[in-house]
Amino acid sequence: MSDGSRLHAALAAGEFVGGHRPWPRARVTPELWRELIQGLAGGAWSLLGFWGEPDAVHLGLWEESSGTVGVASLSCQDGQFPSVGRRHPPAQRLERAIVDLFGLQATDAPDHRPWLDHGRWPLAYPLAETNARARPLPPYAFLPVEGESLHQIPVGPVHAGIIEPGHFRFTANGEAVVRLEQRLGYVHKGIESLLRGASVERAARLVGRVSGDSTVAYGLAFARAVEAATETEVPERAHWLRALMAELERLANHCGDIGAICNDAAFALMLAHCGVLREKVLRASAVCFGHRLMMDGIVPGGVSGDLAVEGEKALRELLAEFRRRFPPLIDLYDNTASLQDRTVATGFTRPALIKQFGCGGVIGRAGGRAFDARRQPGYPPYDRLEFETPVLGDSDVNARVWIRIREVEQSLRLIDQILDGLPAGPTRAELSQSGETREGVALVEGFRGDVLVWLRLNAGGEVARCHPRDPSWFQWPLLEAAIENNIVADFPLCNKSFNCSYSGHDL
Amino acid sequence: MALIDYLVQGGQMLLVLMLAPLLTGWVRWVKARLLRRRGPSPLQPYRDLVKLSRKEVVLADSASWLFRVAPYLIFAALWVAASLVPTFAGGLPFSWTADLIAIVALLGTARFFLALAGLDVGTSFGGIGSSREMMIASLAEPAMLMMVFTLSLLAGTTELSAVARFMLTADVGLRVSLALALLALVIVAIAENARIPVDNPATHLELTMVHEAMVLEYSGRHLALIELSSSLKLVLYLSLVACIFAPWGMASAGAGSAAYGYAAVIYVAKLALGGVLLALFESSIAKMRVFRVDQFLGAALMLGLLGALLLFVSRSL
Repeated sequence: MSDGSRLHAALAAGEFVGGHRPWPRARVTPELWRELIQGLAGGAWSLLGFWGEPDAVHLGLWEESSGTVGVASLSCQDGQFPSVGRRHPPAQRLERAIVDLFGLQATDAPDHRPWLDHGRWPLAYPLAETNARARPLPPYAFLPVEGESLHQIPVGPVHAGIIEPGHFRFTANGEAVVRLEQRLGYVHKGIESLLRGASVERAARLVGRVSGDSTVAYGLAFARAVEAATETEVPERAHWLRALMAELERLANHCGDIGAICNDAAFALMLAHCGVLREKVLRASAVCFGHRLMMDGIVPGGVSGDLAVEGEKALRELLAEFRRRFPPLIDLYDNTASLQDRTVATGFTRPALIKQFGCGGVIGRAGGRAFDARRQPGYPPYDRLEFETPVLGDSDVNARVWIRIREVEQSLRLIDQILDGLPAGPTRAELSQSGETREGVALVEGFRGDVLVWLRLNAGGEVARCHPRDPSWFQWPLLEAAIENNIVADFPLCNKSFNCSYSGHDL
Repeated sequence: MALIDYLVQGGQMLLVLMLAPLLTGWVRWVKARLLRRRGPSPLQPYRDLVKLSRKEVVLADSASWLFRVAPYLIFAALWVAASLVPTFAGGLPFSWTADLIAIVALLGTARFFLALAGLDVGTSFGGIGSSREMMIASLAEPAMLMMVFTLSLLAGTTELSAVARFMLTADVGLRVSLALALLALVIVAIAENARIPVDNPATHLELTMVHEAMVLEYSGRHLALIELSSSLKLVLYLSLVACIFAPWGMASAGAGSAAYGYAAVIYVAKLALGGVLLALFESSIAKMRVFRVDQFLGAALMLGLLGALLLFVSRSL
């Protein structure tokens, strides 16, 4: 491969696997594996994903300079692989999850504590070839914090509000947070187990439920991965309708988030107004596609249903409503000094960390990382649409609110263009069957950030292995860093400005 | 002293108790309307109190006798304090007990026990709540006392019904000191009642709570008493503002029952107006950082001090 990509050049030292699309996958030797990790640690490429199989581990890599993706696979001799987390911290949690799920051992790993497995699963290593009976686990050892007059505040996993479960262990000196350690995995549903051997239709429904608020993004990522694997050409109209759904989802979620962040500063007025706007988006979505969240709207091969007849009118009205009601809300946010006092300079996340973790989405763009999967590596129809990717450098709660505001505006612009340019034609294509094992990977921009789906279809066209990776994997760890030197009472604000997924992460 | 005066005194005590949940419900309802929500009926707090009083009390294993006793003590202290403030009639049999400093002391007692109860169970949230509450109180109490000094210098007494009477006389005039004292009192009232921007009475975020964090472990009738006490405190502060700075329409001792009835209606109208103003203010502002609260309350303290100083300066001229 000679596409100017150093990543592909490095992978070429291994053995490329046939039938992996659209980007190459290579089987690598432990030496090459270490070299690739070296590249990760040195910042030559960033981590896209890290997932296992009973006898191998796969490393998804992203090279920004060339805009290419590559997958490196290492077969695990005696169930072991050289630790990635040792040299590249962003891989640590993914690595611990691989250990929990597959029973593979990361040699030289910096952290041997289980991550997803809390000792309450009926069996240990559920995805391994032969899984053992559940083993009793020692109590989870939180990282030690030493110093005078420090105290711990355990929060969760059950919270006072109606949110997903996660445990946060604060060590504070009075009000100042010295360390935050997260413990996640409470909503592990075993989706990867369910996906093994599922038909493509069933798998699409499962992946669409990994994280309900991003169901369109997951549906799209899965569909694109299947289409890449089977080399299916999707009709043009389907591409446009998918983009329409994705932008509606982004619009609804960003609206909800902007309101919710303000509400965490006890400014309920924004929540009330943003809540109304979000509801309008959901209702318009229901009119257009028959489901408020557009669940199962995207299927491999196209979309499950065409835009309803009255859909365009509903969307035009929605756009008009937004253009009338959204700017006053921006002014309200911008002109409420007491609110700005809470958001500005709160929850600063170092841009260097954002870069190291390859953190995408709003958090990345608020901290100077311009990555947007719609642009690069890009997928249709965004190459034919005009939109901007807002980027700020302040990396605080305020910047994350502003990125969301700007993205709402861009989504409105995109929906407008999609309605104007929506091509006619069929909305679904048959998946081509070949009777061989095929693999596909897709990277899609959800409202949280880039969703990665990697899958292997067996000869019968069923899913042999599928790994959906939520953007939150690289965002949760940054929250731990963002809260340092802030006060305890500002954590909800920082947390809401990140709005990471528990369900997508715990899988 | 006529029997009717004792009856009115008793009626006043009952009135504040009966009105307290309604005022809380009213503020919530107005806030909901301001957010374009329908909001629960203003009577909802009564239903909540009934519901809570019927529920079983769940006590933490680590709770001591103090935890169980505290709600009653707090309720008693706050009810007495709220009853001391002349609401619609002054010059009643017990008016001489309605001393501003006594009220501040009763409020301090209630707070002390609430903070102890917050610490008692030993949860981290209770501890956080108590420490924050004490930080707020240590700033709010001096500000409150400063305001009391200003008033007593002006009126020559700390007895509330006499202060109210004095305020109604013509020789008060328009005084800067009074305006400053009013501001100080309003700031203290907001802080003491755990309202936005100091605390958020409606929050579900454990880490930002102050008052709610202290009472997180309470349930059943204990919680009902605590909730009722909080409502009483709101009535108390609004009554205090009304009594000192807007005593118009208050009946004096020996007035007929018609006059008392009329005064009571005016009093309720004042509370309702106060509730609307509070809801408006709360809807237009975000909660401040915990460490900004000292500046906010420091301003109250300075305003009180300034009021007192101005009084001395103007006297000596």
